[in-house]
Amino acid sequence: MTGLLAALGRPLLAVLAAFGRLAIYAAQVMAGLLRRPFYSREFLSALLNVGWLSLPVVGLTAIFTGGALALQIYAGGQRFNAEAVVPQIVAIGMVRELGPVLVGLMIAARVTSSIAAEIATMKVTEQIDALVTLSTNPLKYLTVPRVLAGTLTVPLLVAVGDIIGIMGGFAVATGQLGFNKATYIQNTIDFLETADVVSSLIKGAVFGAIATLIGCYHGMNSGRGAMGVGQATKTAVATASILILAANFLLTSVMFGS
Amino acid sequence: MITLSHVTKSFGPKQVLTGVDLVVPKGQSMVVIGGSGTGKSVLLKCILGLVHPDQGTITLDGQDVEKAEREAFLARFGMLFQGGALFDSLRVWENIAFRLLRGPLKLPKAEAREAAIEKLRRVGLTPETADLFPAELSGGMQKRVGLARAIAASPEIIFFDEPTTGLDPIMAGVINDLIREIVTEMGATAITITHDMSSVRAIADRVAMLHGGVIRWEGPVAEMDATPDPYVQQFIHGRAEGPIAAVR
Repeated sequence: MTGLLAALGRPLLAVLAAFGRLAIYAAQVMAGLLRRPFYSREFLSALLNVGWLSLPVVGLTAIFTGGALALQIYAGGQRFNAEAVVPQIVAIGMVRELGPVLVGLMIAARVTSSIAAEIATMKVTEQIDALVTLSTNPLKYLTVPRVLAGTLTVPLLVAVGDIIGIMGGFAVATGQLGFNKATYIQNTIDFLETADVVSSLIKGAVFGAIATLIGCYHGMNSGRGAMGVGQATKTAVATASILILAANFLLTSVMFGS
Repeated sequence: MITLSHVTKSFGPKQVLTGVDLVVPKGQSMVVIGGSGTGKSVLLKCILGLVHPDQGTITLDGQDVEKAEREAFLARFGMLFQGGALFDSLRVWENIAFRLLRGPLKLPKAEAREAAIEKLRRVGLTPETADLFPAELSGGMQKRVGLARAIAASPEIIFFDEPTTGLDPIMAGVINDLIREIVTEMGATAITITHDMSSVRAIADRVAMLHGGVIRWEGPVAEMDATPDPYVQQFIHGRAEGPIAAVR
């Protein structure tokens, strides 16, 4: 019995310890945001990498998802004569859920992996140690600019993704399903509320912070050699994806649960 | 002066340093020799605070390095890493001028670039190298750029971690000569770790041999060949037979 409890307790303690270390790291990043120096060049580079260079993948993901969503709602709606709700459901589906979640997962795939691999390689090749010997705090130089860039740019990416997704639905609905263009746009605008858009942007900020923080954390704590870099990258993407989905559920519960 | 007293360090069950006592006098070039995996790099990292010793004290000019203000403490050091450890995303001149582009030593960009090019010349590289990325350089050039970065801010103390590893004998000789010249002209205190005996003879004022987690022998380089210590003799002559096990 004691052995069974120990076998159950060990992994639980390991998970709790991992969350504890991550929480401490997050707190250090928050403190780093408030203290000088601020590395503006690294921040601008992170803005470019996290935001601008992610636009193509976000746009393509959103447009196909919006189109598929319109087809699914139309087909499902036909079962109870509700085909006309396509514009409204595409809008609410994209803005409240699919836009933020898909952008978050795309950022986890593209940005978290790249950050984790880059920082892990820097660690393996002693570049992190070199930073320290050059009187530079690696957390402030590598992590703070990336996390700030993720928190600020992912909401913008989500906004772009929402719009492109809605346009994908619009293209399919008006080109293939016979909807009137002006009516579709009017229905979308009338149905969406400010709270929907704000919730989308809040989710984007949280997902951006998670994706970049986890990438940096696993990069900084990678093992040795090529295997260590690969393991850090894999773990970072898996952890970021799960935390983004969990955070999405929590945020949705808080914002729309009642 | 750097003083290590009874420094120990373990990684899990593996005891790497079991009680290191070493004094590196100011302005002297100390070379630490020893086989692979004997803890030479760990020793340097303990002094720099990259690794924290389990026990013992390390002082720099009498001040405990663990209690020193980090930024001011590290500003006194320069380090050449084994693989160069150049930042891939920065150009060569930005690597060399890293300290001069940020922090308390910050210079205008043009001045920092000029200072970096001057250091490039000092290590025998042309100004055209300045705008290349580290991945575009050969191993020998990367070492020279690493050396230029280590001396860019004119540190009082310079560490060299396996400076000639992976280089051909001619390039190794060039790097050894550069290190000796630079340490002498800067009047810096230097610690070099290596198992390359040509480096030892070219760079060292004093030599310390690390084996079994302790300093087995320490003395002037001129006395190294004459010492009766069987560990030193086996190591410097590269013999398979002797007190140092070939398979570790």
